[in-house]
Amino acid sequence: MSRLLAIIVLACSLGIAQSKEAELLAQDPIVVEQRLTVISEEMRCLVCQNESLAGSRADLALDLRREIRDLIRQGKTDAEIRTFMVERYGDFILYRPPVRTTTWLLWLGPFILLAFAVFALFRFFRLRNRQQKQVAATNIDVERLSALLKEPKK
Amino acid sequence: MKSKFLLPLLVFIGLVGFLAIGLNRDPRYIPSPLVNKPAPEFSIAQLAEPDKSFSPSSMQGQVWVLNVWASWCTACREEHPSLLKLAASATAPLIGLDYKDARADALAVLKKEGNPYLLSAFDLSGRVGINYGVYGVPETYVIDKKGVIRFKHIGPMNPELLEKTIYPLIAELKKS
Repeated sequence: MSRLLAIIVLACSLGIAQSKEAELLAQDPIVVEQRLTVISEEMRCLVCQNESLAGSRADLALDLRREIRDLIRQGKTDAEIRTFMVERYGDFILYRPPVRTTTWLLWLGPFILLAFAVFALFRFFRLRNRQQKQVAATNIDVERLSALLKEPKK
Repeated sequence: MKSKFLLPLLVFIGLVGFLAIGLNRDPRYIPSPLVNKPAPEFSIAQLAEPDKSFSPSSMQGQVWVLNVWASWCTACREEHPSLLKLAASATAPLIGLDYKDARADALAVLKKEGNPYLLSAFDLSGRVGINYGVYGVPETYVIDKKGVIRFKHIGPMNPELLEKTIYPLIAELKKS
């Protein structure tokens, strides 16, 4: 029992230590920039839609990066920052759309196509096998025929 | 044998159909997640009177229109006559959000072209804009009595939109 208690206390203190470290890390400019890059590379710039938020020089992208930087410094997690952006700009801002009823075709579509392709391939093989068997049979027929023809006449 | 030629044709027609739909849609139109959500609260200085502030909660109890604009935005000049019309009709108070602008430039534009706004809030940093999901000025929001965003339009306002969508919507929201 006391051992269990010790483990729990240790685990909790570990959690506190980690959160303290996370807080310190959130203030380190290099860490902030690294996290900013990771987060913003996964987001679309809404003004110039073919660029990521990380790579865009549009005014809005600049502002949004500043916003993300502030959120990181406030100690928000990546998931919380992502939710912040989605709440304002919608799923469109994410390069990886979440799985929802409206996006299931997007996610499952390629696998459905793959299933069709595999089905078609098997059908093609079955058909070819059957044809080859028929050809083989006719070959035997030809041999028998020639053998019969070669037989000396009585 | 016939179906062998018919199948690729059908696939091709399907593909063309998808492409036709895809190419005719406006890639700049992004559905806003903020519609039917409470309008984000803020409190920032007004454009004309910097020592006074504006916040959406002060509009509680009435249907109002929020228009995001800027002096540097050319499409805003295009929609200006429509906004003046909306203001003149007195259907609902029109509040401006002057987005990332210089105060002198913004005031000069309003002086030259007329001021359709009851007042404009001055969003220098663009923070309020981010909370409203602004990505292309001009944008227009219709907000109901409870402070919920009921409609959002991205791009310049036009007379047709006013007559067909905005006026009927405001009338309906006023009833509730």
